[in-house]
Formats: sequence, C-alpha cells, structure tokens
Amino acid sequence: MTTVAATAHGAPAHHDDRSFVRKYIFSTDHKIIGIQFLFVSLFFLLMGGLLAMQMRWQLGFPGKPMPGGGILPETMAPGGVILPEYYIQLVTMHGTFMVFFAIMPLLVGVFANFLIPLKIGTHDMAFPRINMWSFWTFLIGGLVMLSSLFVPDGAARAGWTMYAPLSARHDYSGASLGQELWSVSIIFVGLSSILGSLNYITTIINNRAPGMTWFRMPLSIWSLFITAILGLLALPVLSGAAIMLLFDQIIGTHFFDPAVGGQALLWQHLFWFFGHPEVYILILPAMGMVSDIISNGSRKPIFGYRSMVFAIVAIAFLGWIVWGHHMFVSGMNPTLGSSFMVSTLIIAVPSAVKTFNWMGTMWRGNLRFHVPMLHAVAFVAMFVIGGLSGIFMAATPVDMFIHDTYFIVAHLHYVLFGGSLFALFGAITYWYPKMFGRMMSEPWGKVHFWLTFIFYNCTFFPMHITGMAGEMRRLYDPNQYAFLQPLQPIRMFISISAFLLFATQVIFFVNFWWSLWKGKKAPQNPWEDNGLEWSLPSPAPHGNWEKVPTVYRGPYEFSSPQVAEDYLPQYTKLPTDREPARAPVAGH
Amino acid sequence: MTHAAATVDQMLPPYPAERGLDVYNKKLGMWVFLASEVMFFAALIGTYVILRFGATGEWAKPGIVLNIKITAFNTFLLICSSVSMVKAYAAIQDGDPKKMRFWLLMTILGGATFVGIQVYEYIHLIEHGFVPSGVREGSELATLVANGTLPAATMGLYGSTFFTMTGFHGFHVTCGVISMTYLYFTKALPGKYSKQDYGGIETVGLYWHFVDLVWIILFTIVYLI
Amino acid sequence: MHWWLPAKASTFTGPIDGLFLAILIITGIAFVLVEVGLIWFILKYRARPGRKAFYTHGNTRAEVIWTTIPAVTMVALGLISNHYWVQIKGRNSIPPNAYPIGIHAKQFEWQVTYPGADGTLGTRDDFTVRNQLHLPVGRPIVVLLSSEDVIHSFYVPQFRVRQDVVPGMDIKAWFQATVPGTYELGCSQLCGLGHYRMRAQVFVQTQEDYDAWMKQAAQEASQ
Repeated sequence: MTTVAATAHGAPAHHDDRSFVRKYIFSTDHKIIGIQFLFVSLFFLLMGGLLAMQMRWQLGFPGKPMPGGGILPETMAPGGVILPEYYIQLVTMHGTFMVFFAIMPLLVGVFANFLIPLKIGTHDMAFPRINMWSFWTFLIGGLVMLSSLFVPDGAARAGWTMYAPLSARHDYSGASLGQELWSVSIIFVGLSSILGSLNYITTIINNRAPGMTWFRMPLSIWSLFITAILGLLALPVLSGAAIMLLFDQIIGTHFFDPAVGGQALLWQHLFWFFGHPEVYILILPAMGMVSDIISNGSRKPIFGYRSMVFAIVAIAFLGWIVWGHHMFVSGMNPTLGSSFMVSTLIIAVPSAVKTFNWMGTMWRGNLRFHVPMLHAVAFVAMFVIGGLSGIFMAATPVDMFIHDTYFIVAHLHYVLFGGSLFALFGAITYWYPKMFGRMMSEPWGKVHFWLTFIFYNCTFFPMHITGMAGEMRRLYDPNQYAFLQPLQPIRMFISISAFLLFATQVIFFVNFWWSLWKGKKAPQNPWEDNGLEWSLPSPAPHGNWEKVPTVYRGPYEFSSPQVAEDYLPQYTKLPTDREPARAPVAGH
Repeated sequence: MTHAAATVDQMLPPYPAERGLDVYNKKLGMWVFLASEVMFFAALIGTYVILRFGATGEWAKPGIVLNIKITAFNTFLLICSSVSMVKAYAAIQDGDPKKMRFWLLMTILGGATFVGIQVYEYIHLIEHGFVPSGVREGSELATLVANGTLPAATMGLYGSTFFTMTGFHGFHVTCGVISMTYLYFTKALPGKYSKQDYGGIETVGLYWHFVDLVWIILFTIVYLI
Repeated sequence: MHWWLPAKASTFTGPIDGLFLAILIITGIAFVLVEVGLIWFILKYRARPGRKAFYTHGNTRAEVIWTTIPAVTMVALGLISNHYWVQIKGRNSIPPNAYPIGIHAKQFEWQVTYPGADGTLGTRDDFTVRNQLHLPVGRPIVVLLSSEDVIHSFYVPQFRVRQDVVPGMDIKAWFQATVPGTYELGCSQLCGLGHYRMRAQVFVQTQEDYDAWMKQAAQEASQ
C-alpha cells in the first residue's frame, strides 16, 4: 500500500489582466457566470418565499390584515387584507418564480456552469460567449417577470401552469399586460436554457480531460449532462406554447380558445409535454450532486455507479412519455390515461433503485456529518416521501380523487423542497470554498439545517392530510366549503410552521453573505474529495488549469486499499497507474 | 488571449481531450442547437396538425387564400440557395476562397430575396383580409367566406397556424441571412477562411440546410395539402 | 378534526379507498424500510478514528433484487388500478340506464338542468336550477358536463368523483350515490377570481323525495 505524499495541485493559470467589467459583469468565465446565476437565483428564491408567506397568511388567518400589508396597493389588499384577485396572483407567481427563476437556475445555471469544466478537466465551456448570453437572457426574463407584478391589473393569475382559455383571455382572468409579460418572460427563459444546454452538452462530449472516460465522470456531471439534453428538447416546446399563448392574447389567434375554434386541451398537452421533463430537470442535478456528497460523506465509493447512470438515463427517457398523468381527469381519452399510468408507475422504479444505492453507499461507510452530508441524507429521506406519494397519483382511480388537492401540493413540495432545495443547500455549502475561497460557518450551517428540517416537515406533511380530506388547490378561502372548515386548525398550523421556516432561512442567507467576507479561508480540498476541481486553489482561478489534468481513475475512490488516506483523487498518479491512451484523432 | 480553445486546429475536436465525437465543437454545437429547433418547429407544426385534423369543420381548400405559384418559386429559390451554399462549402474545402465568396454571396442574396418575397406575400394577404385571427371583416376574403368558398368555422385556425409557422420560419431565415452577411464581411472578405479553417461556413451551412428543410415541410403541408 | 378520507357516499368509495389503503400499506412498508434504514446507518456507521469504510463498488445481485421487486409491485398495482379505472372512466363505463343530468359550468356557478318528468334530457319539460344538485340515491347518475367559458372541474369529495369540464367539449361522468344527505360540489380547477366560491349544494334523496322535489321545482321553474 502506497502513501501519497501531497495531493498534486494543478498549476494555476496565467496572470489575469481583464478589466473589472470583463471580469465580473460581462464575464465569459463559466465560474463567474455560475456565481451570477447564484446571486440572481437566490434573490428570486427569496421573492418566491415572500409570495408564499402572503399566501399562507391568507390561508392561516383568512380575512385578517397582514402585518406589513399596508404597503400593498388598495386594489390588491385594502387595509392589508388580501383580496381573491391578489391571492391567485400570489399562487401563480410563487410557482413561476420558484420553478423557473429559483430551482431550475440554481441547479442548472449555477452548477452546470460552475462544475462541468472543473469536474471534467477543461479550461472553460465550449462556447464562452454564448454561455454569457445564457445568463443575460435569464436575467432579462427574470426582470420581465418581476415587472409583471407592478403593471396595471397586476400579474398573471392562472396558476404557474397557465391553463387556457383562462390564461388566453383578459375577460376571463382579469389580468392583461401582466399575463402577456409572463409569456414574454418565459420565452427568454427558454432561450437561456437552450443556450446553456448547447454549451453543457458540447463541452461534456468533446472537452473531457485525457483519462476522463464516460464512466469515470462524477454522477453530478452525468446528471447535468442528461438534464441538459432534457432542457434542450423540452424548453423549445414551452417556448412554442408561450408564443402561441401570447399570440392568442395580443394578436387574436385562436390556438387555445374553443369559442373561436381552438382547443383548450392543446395547451395542456404542450405544457405538460414540456412540464414533465421539466420536473426531471428539477430533480436530476440534485440527485447527481447528492451522490457526490454522500459518497464523500460516507468515505466510500458510490454503490452501483453504473446502475446509477442507467437510472438517470431511464428516468430521463421515461420522462418523455408520462406527461398525461397530469391530465387523467382533463377530458383526455381514458385509454390514453391507462397508457400514461403504466409509464408513470414504471418511472418509479429507477428512482427506487437510486434510493437503495444511496443507502448502499452509506452502509458500512465511515460517515462524516458535515453540513453538506446532513442535507444530502435529508434529501434521500424527504425525496422518498415525495416519490412514494407520487405512487398514489399514478394510480388513476386514486388520482381522480386527489388530483388538484393539497395531496399534490404536498408531493411537489416534498420533491422540490425536501428534495431539490435541500440538495441545493448542501451543494452550495459544498462548493462554496471553490467558488469564493472561504468556508461557510459549520455551526450555523447545522442550526439552519435542523431548524429547516423540522419546520419544513411541519409545514408540508400536514398537506397530505388536508389533501386526503379533499381540500382543493388554489382556493382563496377554503372555509366557503363546510367540509373544509374543520381543517382550519391544520391550515393555521401549516401557516405558522411556514413563517418559522421562512424566518429560519435568514440564517442561511446571513451565513452565505457574511462568509463571503468573513468566512474562514478555505483550504484547497476542505472535504478531502476526489474530483478534479479540488486540484485547484480555492477559489479556482480564471482558466482553471494552465495545462488540463490527466485522469487515472473514477471519482469515488474513497477508502481505497491502494493508499493510506481514505480518499484518492482522480488526478493523483500512483506508481502503478499508466497514462491514458492518446485519443486517436486525425491530425493529433 | 484566452484559454477557451485548447484546440490547435479549429476544425478538429479539442486537444488534449478524451475522445468524444470526432467532430469539432462548433459543428457539434450546431447539431445540438438544431435538435432544439426541431422541437420548436415540432411544437408549432404539431399544433397545426392537431388543430386542422381535429377541427370539426372543413379546412380552406389549397390555393384560394395563398398564392401557390409565387410560393413555389420562392421554394425553388430557397432550394437553390442551399445548393449555392454547398458550392461555397465545396469551394473552400478545395482551397478556393474567391469562389467560396461568390457562392456565399449568392446564398445570401437567395435568402434575402426569399424573405423579401415572403414579406410581399404577407402584405398582400393582409391587404386582402387574411390576418392571424382569420379573415378581417369587410375585406375581399370576407366575401369569399360569406358565399361559402371559404369555411367560416376554421378560418381563424387557418390564420393562426399559417402566420405563426411561416412567420417563425421567416424569422429563422432572416437570422440566417444576417449571420451569413456578418460572416461574409468579417471573415470571408478579409480572407480569414482557408482550406484549413472553414468551420464557420460549414456550421452556418448546416443551419441553412435545416431552415430549407423546414420550409419544404411547411410548403407541403400548409400550401399544397 | 378530520384525519382521513371523507365520508363514503358513493359506489366508487369502495374501490378507490381500498386502492388508496393498499398503496398506503405498500408505500408505508417502503417508507419504514428506508427511513429506519437511514437512521440505523447514521447511528451505526458514524465515523470513528482510524477506521476505513468498506471498500466496495456495489453488488449486482442487490441491484437485480431491488429493481425487480419495485417493478413487479408497480406492474401489479397498474393492473389493479386499470381494472377500476376502466370501470369508473372507461369509454363504455356509463351504465345504460343512468339517470341524466346536465351540468353547465360558468364563471362562477353551476347551472343544473334536470330532465323533468319524462326523465330524458333535451325535451321540453327540462328545467334549470342554479347551484343545486338534487340526486336520487341508489341509482347510476350520468352528468353531462359543459362549460360556458374556461376549464372548471366537477368535484364531490364524498363521491370521490372528479371530472374537468372543458369548453368546446361535451364530457360525461357517471357515479352512484349511496347515502342520502347533503354534500357539496366544488370547482376543482382554477377558473378565475371566483373559483373559491364556485360551490353548489348536493342533495341525495330517496326516489320518493326526489320525485316530490322534482315536481315542485318543475312547477316553480315554469312560472
């Protein structure tokens, strides 16, 4: 058994003489672009949370003036009492901001950009300027969406799913410009996604360092690669649908309005054909990063690496043929419902496989509970609940009952918050040192984790119960229904838990910002991890390496018998390692 | 000076790198981008198919609203511009930049003329009363609806789908013309393309052929059927 | 405080609640396995100094087992679910003698059209009432759903019945009420400003009570 003296560090890149604007504002450096996405998305995450807090106020304390509600206009909340028209804007915009401007860009815009070149061993993305454009189009989309809250008649209000013809006609919804701005914003989001995917796919296929074969790539990169393909193919359909919706709204076309020959269900099919792959975009990168973190925290190779890759591919592939499970009671042909049920039940299997493999990784490990590991394990625990609740919906007769109830709201929050957001808290903490050269505070990270975990479950678990009792979604005042009145204590409990949950996030935000200046200076490889990024200084320099590293093994060689340490980086050359075969490309 | 391009040669895959697809990045990127464009047009064309064949009423017969003759010429023009694109590509492959510039210019002119004719057609159609929402009241075409030559129930869908599909196609052709013009003035004229480095021509050529292919499909299913 | 599914008042509650319970048991087992497993591993395999983890890359047999068992379970669940799905929503699921009631949804009310004394919709003795759905107990009902404007959704929790009401489509949904009483019909698809108050009362009555009500309501409607 050999002892590796010092981990090889990559030679830092040349002296960087770009101007401030080129370096930090109009940067083509993938790491800066990733950080730009991070700052903007965290802002939208906060926005989405604020909108939810207002919703929960109305649901927990219906008809009562909201603290601070005085700043809202009289048309939306006179005397701080939320009106129905404002409530459905809150519902719509909460979903919209969280899906398109928080979770998706946090997972993809941040981590695909930041991690891909670093973890596959190249200087930057294949198309750095197009990459820069993917950020700016995203920002424009976000600003347009934000502006829609402030226009006359207010924001869009047909739910983030924008079902037509409610969304297509101002006389049905009551919204005008705000509704149109939603469509315009989504077109920008689609463009941003496509430009990003272009880069991620090309870079991963062609720019991997020598020795970084497909099956030596970390699962975070596999998942980002597959996610990029999903995004590339799904977002254009959303863009097309949004364009058609916009045209219905402003130039009088008739795509979705049956009153003039259009088809209402056409919107649903287009939206969900995009929408289902979209939710896998929202979970796969989280799964990938959780794999990296759990392997690191367990000091053990990921259990079943190849199965994990196949599971990611299976989820992505099956994800294209399940969209109708959002439409079981839509009026769609029930036979189609049967076929969508089959594909939906089958897609549960690869997710189950992944869960068992994460557990297999922890089994007989040497578990270190650093903050990212806490979040990664919580991801598994919470995602399982979200995944299992999905099985109820997959069974079409049961779905007939729980569709459009809080059972669905519980499910989606367990996978998106309990799943994706916990994974993000872990991932942000994990790669923070490589981004900023500092560590986030570990004790405050643990406080944030535990409080979030408790308040999160208090907020969302009871929604399974109110959903089972039949409580419908998007209701401004459930107490209109006698059968829902007895649930008011639960609604109040959920609201109070939600307020505490939101307040707890202050800890994360303060930790994040404070650590940028005052955090402990980060060592090169604080987590004793194996990825290529840890061969670089913290923070990683412009251009990453002077010369790309060479890869000698897979990414999960923890507790290897070959060395004394319990980790063995991909880039470390042992005396027994051979150089990878030169890629036989003509001309080289 | 950036580290972005590890490649020594613009028309080979990055080096040193693990073996990917044996194709240089720009070309791979264009194929990937075209996959997204396929999905975009699939959404628009799929919508057209669903709305047309799911409509309860009759659809307008070909040739009554749209001018097949002029558009057939336009189609021919676009196909010719794809041919000239191939000739430009072949020329630079053989190391003849002068010939490449000539054929690239022909392609640009062909594309620009196509757009020009489409714009002329749009103006013509709108003047006669065919608009995205269907048939304008009091227009020439409205008379045809009134006397039953055109089916009232589906004209709204006809207008919606026609203008959206051909409009976005026209937008894509325009972007192609602008890109080619940009490359012509910044790269082709100053002699930056050579036998060793003509990736830009090949890449924009791929885009141009795609745009042509989409048009052939649109012409068939919108104008002829 | 209500912790479980709503009261059972239709023939669908048997299969749907039964399926719900079966899924709850299956997912409950999986839930316990995973969560207890995680807690056990967290406690048992905490890092100890001088110790290394067990170096393994996986186990193919384990992969096969934990792929096959979920897959088989899902297939079984699918077969059972589809059996009931076809009965509830299938193309030929509507009993031929089902009693027809027309329901026209609009922002933000339910217009219920009754077939009148002749029991057939579309005849002259039909009459329409707003936001009141009277139903005879113990016989199949078929509602003919249509929408004036946007998508709504016909939902009576105690019947477990839900069907979106789509403009431009005429959709039929059937059910059979089993317990006389008063229930609520709610709109279950966001339909605009007044979505939250698009509520109707549902009265399930014995055939005699229903007939009596019908006679009186028809008279009132004709005035």
